[in-house]
Amino acid sequence: MTAIALTHEETATSILPGRGGFFGRLSDMFWRRPKLLLFLMLTPPLLWLGIIYIGSLLALLLQSFFSIDDFSGLVNYEFTLATYAQLLSPTNFDIIVRTVLMAALVTLASAVVAFPIAYYAARYARGKWKALFYLGVMLPLWSSYLVKIYAWKLILAKEGILTWFFAKLHLAWLLDGVLALPIIGGNSLSVSYIGTFLVFVYVWLPYMILPTQAALERVQGNLIEASSDLGATPGQTFRTVLFPLALPGIVAGSIFTFSLTLGDYIIPQIIGSSRLFIGQAVYAQQGTAGNVPLAAAFSVVPIVIMAVYLWLAKKQGAFDAL
Amino acid sequence: MTPAVRFQKVSRHFGAVRAVDGVDLEIAPGEFFAMLGPSGSGKTTCLRLIAGFEQPTAGHIEIFGETAEGVPPYRRNVNTVFQDYALFPHLNILDNVAYGLMVKGVGKMDRAKAAEQALELVKLPGYGARKPGQLSGGQRQRVALARALVNKPRVLLLDEPLGALDLKLREQMQEELKGLQRALGITFVFVTHDQGEALSMADRVAVFNDGGIVQEGTPQDIYNRPKTRFVADFVGSSNVIAPDLMTALGGEKRWASLRPEAIRLTGDGVESRVENASFLGAATRLTVAARGTRLHVMLPAGVAVPEVGADVRLSWQPVDVHYMDDAA
Repeated sequence: MTAIALTHEETATSILPGRGGFFGRLSDMFWRRPKLLLFLMLTPPLLWLGIIYIGSLLALLLQSFFSIDDFSGLVNYEFTLATYAQLLSPTNFDIIVRTVLMAALVTLASAVVAFPIAYYAARYARGKWKALFYLGVMLPLWSSYLVKIYAWKLILAKEGILTWFFAKLHLAWLLDGVLALPIIGGNSLSVSYIGTFLVFVYVWLPYMILPTQAALERVQGNLIEASSDLGATPGQTFRTVLFPLALPGIVAGSIFTFSLTLGDYIIPQIIGSSRLFIGQAVYAQQGTAGNVPLAAAFSVVPIVIMAVYLWLAKKQGAFDAL
Repeated sequence: MTPAVRFQKVSRHFGAVRAVDGVDLEIAPGEFFAMLGPSGSGKTTCLRLIAGFEQPTAGHIEIFGETAEGVPPYRRNVNTVFQDYALFPHLNILDNVAYGLMVKGVGKMDRAKAAEQALELVKLPGYGARKPGQLSGGQRQRVALARALVNKPRVLLLDEPLGALDLKLREQMQEELKGLQRALGITFVFVTHDQGEALSMADRVAVFNDGGIVQEGTPQDIYNRPKTRFVADFVGSSNVIAPDLMTALGGEKRWASLRPEAIRLTGDGVESRVENASFLGAATRLTVAARGTRLHVMLPAGVAVPEVGADVRLSWQPVDVHYMDDAA
């Protein structure tokens, strides 16, 4: 019988000898002192995060409390709130409002576009369809951001494929009508706010889809059935079960889309009207203008806005389902 | 009287898989009906057909005389207690229980009152403010029950509701469910793979196998007079005896079942040898080898238990032998 082969031999020991060698002793030591392993693993990244990342951020914040001497153009190292006051001047405040509005609209549009895609991927896609979904969402992230933006400039240009397409469909009047709208319109899509908006949504969409999909993936299918069983129409199920449970994912995605839009300075420079966004203002102030304190003050704005946004989201219970 | 649920030649096929195949079924109003069978036998699909989560491929379903096929779950006055409870994790217990009333537009005060009453009914008063994650499995089970009952359904469907509970809690819940059903008079349809549960709770039991009903009847019928070898095997821990052995033992040349508690270790009956003995508390179950077949014998407490390897003689009353259809 096979059982015989599994019985112990007389010579068997109950404690096996150590593996020996440097790595064997190392394993034994880490087993005895698990905190040492944790310490060794966490120290390098914490040093990086603490000194290089947070440290330089604090140095930047410090700069924002200095001011620049209007005559000499040199930084005056005295503590002052004058630079922050400059943010409230009409031109600078316009930049802030324009950027926040754009970031909010981009986030909203991304959430609306991302939800059905994420829902399909989480609920229905299986096997190779799921692989195709990940590939489809990630593929745009593999190519250079600049290449994509210049490609979009060509697509949106007056002589571009989109204009041609609208003309072929005999819908040129529609495009012209949209471009004739005040403020958001322009000579062509590539020099209008609509163009900037479209490209922002395109570039940040994967960052909204992936967390939303992850959140929906965690929603058990029988909760949808339970809701329907208790008399909820599909619309009610969406509002009272699916959306609240997906909200942490949508908020996580919106943190990406919102903050990335707040800080970006390349897209509005290449596509859109020539009016500045916060990122461009920071770039201009610290570069050509040489006003590092004002650039620093500008870069504090997105940080404060994000902090307020997260606080509000938490207060609204966006993270309750986590 | 209009049956609470009626299936006429109902089938549900998933591609080539015939999950439910030509089932005819009538459940009387106010009945505690159990669907019993192994996993994959079609019992859960039948429940989902009543709830409306599945639509029949063929056949006709009526709920209290009204056609049910093509009607979505949210328009059926039928509620389900799910196997893993399916409580909404983002809502507290009160909002979970009141959910069905909320989506039907009942006012905040009224639904809170009704939900609190339902929680009292399942012996969880004052738990309304907690979240599902803070409750034990047994408590969640009760919340799921309250959440379904608060809607006053005409049929309550229970999908293996006690499967995740430990033995003691399960026995307690069995009694409570039975008591609730008697008190409320609602038709209960209960799916389980546990024959003990089905026999102890139900007024009537349907035994499922391979997408169809093999036998339907009272628990006593099913237990004492299994129609087929499958039912005898699945429902009882009955001994199933092949025709050849039956003739050798002096019976008819047909498949028969013989309950373990009907066998005695007395007289000059069939020679056999004890292979194993399991102490079960109220009884001891022996496995004995007799003429090349293994039989189970249930010895009540107080009877001397022979040692493993001992030779014993088995005897039984001819009336205890129940002959079955030859079909498996």
